[in-house]
Amino acid sequence: MTSERLASHATSVATAFVCVLLLLPTVAVMPLSITETNFVTFPPRGFSLRWYETLFTSDAWSGAMVTSFITAALTTVVATPIGTMMALGLARLKGRWVGIGNVFILLPIIVPTIVTGVALYGLLARLGLIGTIPGLVLGHTVLALPFVVINVAAVLQKFDRRIEQAARSLGASPLAAFRLVTLPNLMPGVAAGALFAFLTSFDDFVIALFLAGIGAVTLPVQMWSGIRFEISPAVAAASTVLLFMSCLLLLLQWWVKRR
Amino acid sequence: MMSAPAGSRRATHSTATVLLLLPGLFVLAGMFIVPVAQLIIDSFSDSAGAWIHYRRIAVVPVYLLVLARTLLVSAVTAALCLLLGFPVAYRLAHASPTGKSIILLCIFLSFWTNLLVRAFSWMVLLNPNGIFNQALGLIGLGDSVKLVYNTTGVLIGQTQILLPYMILPLAAVMSRVDPTLMNAARSLGASPTRAFLAVYIPLVKSGAMAGLVLVFTLSLGSFVIPALLGGPRDMFLAQLIEFNINNTLNLSFASALSTVLLAATLILYWIGNRWFQLGQVWGGR
Repeated sequence: MTSERLASHATSVATAFVCVLLLLPTVAVMPLSITETNFVTFPPRGFSLRWYETLFTSDAWSGAMVTSFITAALTTVVATPIGTMMALGLARLKGRWVGIGNVFILLPIIVPTIVTGVALYGLLARLGLIGTIPGLVLGHTVLALPFVVINVAAVLQKFDRRIEQAARSLGASPLAAFRLVTLPNLMPGVAAGALFAFLTSFDDFVIALFLAGIGAVTLPVQMWSGIRFEISPAVAAASTVLLFMSCLLLLLQWWVKRR
Repeated sequence: MMSAPAGSRRATHSTATVLLLLPGLFVLAGMFIVPVAQLIIDSFSDSAGAWIHYRRIAVVPVYLLVLARTLLVSAVTAALCLLLGFPVAYRLAHASPTGKSIILLCIFLSFWTNLLVRAFSWMVLLNPNGIFNQALGLIGLGDSVKLVYNTTGVLIGQTQILLPYMILPLAAVMSRVDPTLMNAARSLGASPTRAFLAVYIPLVKSGAMAGLVLVFTLSLGSFVIPALLGGPRDMFLAQLIEFNINNTLNLSFASALSTVLLAATLILYWIGNRWFQLGQVWGGR
């Protein structure tokens, strides 16, 4: 009995250790941004919002935030309907096409992002789209599509097809049945997919590193040069903004799922 | 013979399926499949010979060293993730709902924090003047231990970032273990240790293997962590690729390096999918 209790205590201690390890960098970054000093220290010294002021007033940082928001919003607008249609199409596949379809849609997640980045760099350089927001949106759409499809497919799996058939048998056209019955039922999945698409684009660094050029610098790319050249507390302030966005979107997603 | 209405209905059905899939196929083919195929073709189309870049990778010691280091550090990362992830997965699989929620909250808060943010945070925490070295200083070890800008830093960062990919598939397999099997082993006279080793471990081995393959594969393609937490000697394959694009502008050599990384990833994914049901892990996220 004692050896069992010992093992149980050991797993508790290990679990607590790992939980702290997992949370530590997330929790530590916020205090870093409110320091009065010109350099990053932990624990911070004093209290000041000057680095947030830098973030929102300097051209480089505020421009990067605007670029990130526009890119993420456009990616969401492009990826959500295309991904939703794809999930509906994949659900209609039969036999061996099911497996092929599933692998195909997961490929952008399986292939290392750096490889996708290099490949897109080659293509967009030929098209003259490096350093443009449309170029970034195209790249981010590839990354975001699988997440939209996964989210919509998850809801679709639980959707009772007979409701749609009932609408059809009551005289609704296929399109009317889809618009009035199927789509409203799929909305939680579509909304979750849209949030994932936004976050995928807003959080991406590796694709943007290749595609951003000097004309479409996103917040993570700006952070990267901030970290590379001087470890400024402005990077911590930008990190807090990214963290805030993740939390906001996750809360939204949780709220969507609950309804 | 098929009756006409049924046949036409089937035709409409498949036309609708194709139409639904078309925009996504168009985007994925045009923006992903074709560019990646082009990348592979580019890597073989040098005027000096098709295999010139690959020969360079195989012969120049620096490139071999980068490859070997990427593989080695990724293997150690996978092992560390299993070591640290196993007890957490066990707790996650067998804990009360509240315990489960707490562990999942920690995992997802970490998981959803931007990679760059976590790397930056680690840079500050593991800095020679950071809290860890200050704490080590109190017990007289402050200056002797360097935690960042070396392999230690890369391992800490990689392990922290990839742990969820070990914990979640492992916990999924563990929660499917029938608890009566352990009781049966105990009632047949096995000690708790023996029951654990002879019954539990074989039942969860597939989950551990799936986690190991997943973490190893993801680690191979890592860029941010080795670039920010490693020293000059800790270069990963992905950094070499980036260097050849943004610094030396050698796109075709970068393409060859990318093809090597892509091939390794796809082979590992195939192995994981064939033997350890890795596909369910991806789909289940």
